[in-house]
Amino acid sequence: MIEFKNVSKWYGNFQVLNNCTFSIQKGDVVVICGPSGSGKSTLVKTINALESIQQGEIIVDGIKLNDPQTNLPQLRARVGMVFQNFELFPHLNVIENLTLAQIKVLGRSKDQAITYGLKYLERVGLLSQKDKFPGQLSGGQQQRVAIARALSMDPIIMLFDEPTSALDPEMVGEVLDVIVKLAKEGMTMCVITHEMSFAKNLSKRVIFMDEGKIVEDCSKDKFFGNPDLLSARAKEFLSKILRNN
Amino acid sequence: MHYTFNWSFFFKSIGGKETYLTWLVTAWEWTLTISFFGFLVAFILGAIVGIFRTTNNKYLVTFGNIWTEIFRNIPLLVQIFLWYHVIPHFIPIINKAPRIVLVVMAIGLFTSSRVSENFKSGIQSLSIAQKHAGLALGLNTLQLYWYALLPQAIRIIIPTLTSEAMNIIKNSSVAFAISIAELTMFAMQAQEETARGIEIYLVVSVLYFISAFAVNLISQFIEHKIKIPNQTFVKQ
Repeated sequence: MIEFKNVSKWYGNFQVLNNCTFSIQKGDVVVICGPSGSGKSTLVKTINALESIQQGEIIVDGIKLNDPQTNLPQLRARVGMVFQNFELFPHLNVIENLTLAQIKVLGRSKDQAITYGLKYLERVGLLSQKDKFPGQLSGGQQQRVAIARALSMDPIIMLFDEPTSALDPEMVGEVLDVIVKLAKEGMTMCVITHEMSFAKNLSKRVIFMDEGKIVEDCSKDKFFGNPDLLSARAKEFLSKILRNN
Repeated sequence: MHYTFNWSFFFKSIGGKETYLTWLVTAWEWTLTISFFGFLVAFILGAIVGIFRTTNNKYLVTFGNIWTEIFRNIPLLVQIFLWYHVIPHFIPIINKAPRIVLVVMAIGLFTSSRVSENFKSGIQSLSIAQKHAGLALGLNTLQLYWYALLPQAIRIIIPTLTSEAMNIIKNSSVAFAISIAELTMFAMQAQEETARGIEIYLVVSVLYFISAFAVNLISQFIEHKIKIPNQTFVKQ
C-alpha cells in the first residue's frame, strides 16, 4: 500500500534521508525507532508529503506523491497523523476539532460529521469531554482526542510520531492502550516510538534508522530476540535503550 | 500666570445656526470617519499582506516585504502629500477623488504596513506542527489559514492591533495638511479666529483622548468575548 523507492532528502547540504526503500502492506503495523536525528520523523512526514523529497519515489495507495498532478490535500485526508504535541486546534472545542476536516475536506454534513466524531470519541473513552476546549484537557486526553480526530477521517493508514513522548508518565498508558487496540482491529499503522515494551507488544516488524538510512527492517523477533544478527549500530542503540527501561 | 478661562465663544455663531460647538462636533465626526475607514483599509490590506509574507510562495513574500517597507519607511505626512500632489500627476483619475478618500488611503496604507507586521509575527508565533496538523487533515492552504491559523493569530495580536487602531485616531490629525476639517484643523482655525487657543486645544485633546480610549475599551471587550478557556497559544 505504501512504497518507498530510493528516497533521499537534503536540508541544504545535510542529508536527512539516504536512499530509503521499504514498503508497508495493508494491515501492517510497523514500529520505527532509532536515535534522535536519525530521520524517523522526517521519513514518516514524507508519507503524507508534509516533507518533500528530492530523490526517489513514494507511492501511497497507487498514487505517486511527487507527481505534480497529485491532489495532496485529498491524499493527506486519507492518511491519519498523530503528533508528539497533540496539535489539536486550541480555539475549537473537542467536537469542532473532530468535525472541521470531515466537513471542509470530506464534504460530510455537519450531522454526519458529528455522528462520526462522537463514535470515535466514544472509542477513545472521552465522550463526556466533547464540549471542552483542548486547554481544559490533560495531555493524555488531548492525545486521545487527536487520535479520534484522525480516525474520523476514515484513514487508510495511521502515522504516529512519538505519540507519548510529550506525556506525563502516568498518562502514557491510556494512549498506548488506544493504539494497541487499534492495531488489534487491523488498522495499518506506522509508529515512531521509544517505548520498547510497547513496540514489542504492538508490532511484528521493526524498522531501525540511523543517520538517514534504514539500517534494519526486520521482524520483531529478530530485532528484540536475536541481537547478534543485528548491525553494530542497532545493537548499540538497543542495549542503551533497554538498559534505561 | 493668571488666565481666565472663557468658554462662551463656543456658542458664538459662525454663520447661520452654526456655532463653534457644532463645528467642533462636525470636526470630531471627520476625525472618527477618517480613523474608522483608515483602520478598515489598514486591517484588510495589512492582513492580506501579512498573510502573504508567511506563505511558501516567494513572489507573495517579496510582494509583501516590498509593500511593508515602502509604506513604513516614508513619514505619514509626506505620504499624504504624495497622494495629494504626486500620485494624481501620474494617475489623473485620483484628482477626481474627494480629499477625504486620499487621506483614508494614505493613513490606511501607512498603517497597513504595521498591521502586516502584526499578522506576520502572530502567524509565525504558531508552531510549525499546528500547520502540519491542519495540512495532515487535508485542509488546503486557504482553509488552513482561515480555520486553523488565523483564529489563533488574531487572538494573539489583538493587543498590538489595538495600539495601531489608537494610533490611527491620533495620526488622523495629519489630514489638516490637505485642509480636511477634522479636529486639528478645527483647532488651528478656531484658534486663529477667537484667540482662545488654550480652551480649544484642551477640548480637542480631551476628544482625542476619549476617542482613542474608547477604541481601547472596545478592543478589551472583543478580547474578552473571544477568549478561549485555559489557553496559551504560543508554543515553544
